[in-house]
Amino acid sequence: MEREVLLEVKDLEVTFGERKKKFKAVKKVNFKIYKGETFGLVGESGSGKTTIGRAIMRIVPSAGGEILYKGDKINGKIPPALDRKVIKEIQMIFQDPQASLNERAKVDYIISEGLLNIEKGISEADRKARVEQALLDVGLLPEFSSRFPHEFSGGQRQRIGIARALIMNPEFIIADEPISALDVSIRAQVLNLLSDMQKKRQITYLFIAHDLSVMRFITDRIGVIHKGRIVEMGETEELITHGIHPYTRALLSAIPMPDPRHEREKKLLVYDPDMHDYSVEQPEWVEMRPDHFVLANRKEAEAWGNQGRS
Amino acid sequence: MSDKNIPDKMLTVEDLEIKFDLRGKTLNAVRGISLDLYKGEILAIVGESGSGKSVFTKSFMGLLDQNGRITGGKVMYYGADDGKPVELTALKKEKEWYKIRGHEVAMIMQDPMTSLNPLKTIGEQIMEAVRLHQKLSRAQAKEKTLKYLEDVGIPHPERRFNQYPHEFSGGMRQRVVIAIAIACAPQILICDEPTTALDVTIQAQILELLKALRHKYKLSIILITHDLGVVANIADRVAVMYAGDIIEIGTSEDIFYDPRHPYTWALLSSLPQVGVKGSDLFSIPGTPPNLFTEIKGDAFAPRNSRALKIDFLETPPYFQVSPTHKAKTWLLDPRAPKVDPPPVVEKIRNGGLI
Repeated sequence: MEREVLLEVKDLEVTFGERKKKFKAVKKVNFKIYKGETFGLVGESGSGKTTIGRAIMRIVPSAGGEILYKGDKINGKIPPALDRKVIKEIQMIFQDPQASLNERAKVDYIISEGLLNIEKGISEADRKARVEQALLDVGLLPEFSSRFPHEFSGGQRQRIGIARALIMNPEFIIADEPISALDVSIRAQVLNLLSDMQKKRQITYLFIAHDLSVMRFITDRIGVIHKGRIVEMGETEELITHGIHPYTRALLSAIPMPDPRHEREKKLLVYDPDMHDYSVEQPEWVEMRPDHFVLANRKEAEAWGNQGRS
Repeated sequence: MSDKNIPDKMLTVEDLEIKFDLRGKTLNAVRGISLDLYKGEILAIVGESGSGKSVFTKSFMGLLDQNGRITGGKVMYYGADDGKPVELTALKKEKEWYKIRGHEVAMIMQDPMTSLNPLKTIGEQIMEAVRLHQKLSRAQAKEKTLKYLEDVGIPHPERRFNQYPHEFSGGMRQRVVIAIAIACAPQILICDEPTTALDVTIQAQILELLKALRHKYKLSIILITHDLGVVANIADRVAVMYAGDIIEIGTSEDIFYDPRHPYTWALLSSLPQVGVKGSDLFSIPGTPPNLFTEIKGDAFAPRNSRALKIDFLETPPYFQVSPTHKAKTWLLDPRAPKVDPPPVVEKIRNGGLI
């Protein structure tokens, strides 16, 4: 069955700085996100995962490659009508609910700011009703709309951030480490809310995080990114149970498990990028198992293909 | 820890109560905690934000905010050089605290960027601690500093010595902070969420480092965290805090394989690691209790769907489960009805997580 591709990233490159100080944050990244799925990008800080999210949001300009949303190119110069459509349909949820909400604005304004910009001339009654509905959708009370962000706990604030995204009726949400700044007990609430919204509204997510244990719970497919390059990609369970690239295996070995016996016996793998010898042959995408791709050259692919399936 | 060989106590806390004056009201941040810390052990304190875990440990160093005060109980410290016990709760003057802070009890904070001085080189900052706490000449101190840098796993110490914090990655910065703490030659090291701001791979490395340093410098470590995964990796004993009280304490095995308090059950059930994809993760309903008011009964009862009647009326005492394990819940009373722990507990016990 052919699934509908919602977003496609082709050879995306993002660079920061000028001439001599140029830094390539994202190097020729390719992936597709299908409608209704949750695609995860996992990697350490500085790997470029957030930059990819921002490039899709068009907060940072891309230096090369294409980003296609429903088949239309959305990076670079685009017609105003498409611009408005993309602004409305692609929303973002940020990591730190402390920093991402305007301290001086009431919740009512924070949630409807996007609405006021896109649906100009919306009636006051209609706007109020939409804000109320958005608050109810994320499990908050409508009367909260007259309060300021500092009156809320971290988990509630993150819900406000989610309500602000949901009110636009988005089709695609980029969630950048949405639970990293939250307490364990509140993490569960926010994760449940996100997957609930997906079931009800068929929202597609790009979920960015550094923690594979969270990824396993929420995503359908995962791309592992290291130093601006995707090194491995596959279905979540497949990737977690049969991680092939040494970097993926290092990430997997670091997942903290709530099991003292397992933790005591576990062997921490450390990834050393110098282990690759790409002087003779450059690495490319190899399909090691069905729908499971790894960045490797031929020699590596052979060696990794034969290693014990653990 | 075996019974034959009871290790020395480093610290004992008896019925400690800490209150804060806030906007004309009194906040009961710590409500009668008793706890022993043994020599060479790693004790983890787990709890949500606002459960009082940081306040509790800050009182060991006299670092409570201006509006905070100890209203009851005492904290005794047994690790002093002269072997005499020190009553920490009786210390009043800053000068008396200078003898404790750093040299006896040192602390590592969550965010390494904010605990380092951006204008001084790493070397200077570590040397400052070395010279303050160990009587050494400049040359000796530098040599010692280089050794500490090496001990905490920073490659090329000679070159790194003259670099500034911004030239270090997050994980390396946390290593520097640890080096500063070690340079004070403390007996007790308090680590307040030391890995929360770090990546998983770096987190695992920092935990390995703490374990290694514990043996090398014979440290007793108190680790404050809200992440039970981290705890399973490193802790010998675990204390679970809720609303300013320790509601369950035991060895790592006790807490993960045989937890007894409903709050501990709830914490374990809400971990993404135990979740099943496609179904909802368990989330604890409601919010933690308001600590401005006196708490009646079991503080967790209002959020516990299977709470007993007595949970709302009377505060449960500690019930001993085994010599190492006790919990404050009426479920352990012989008269209580039998309530089974959630399936997650069974799953963890059988190693069925991977």
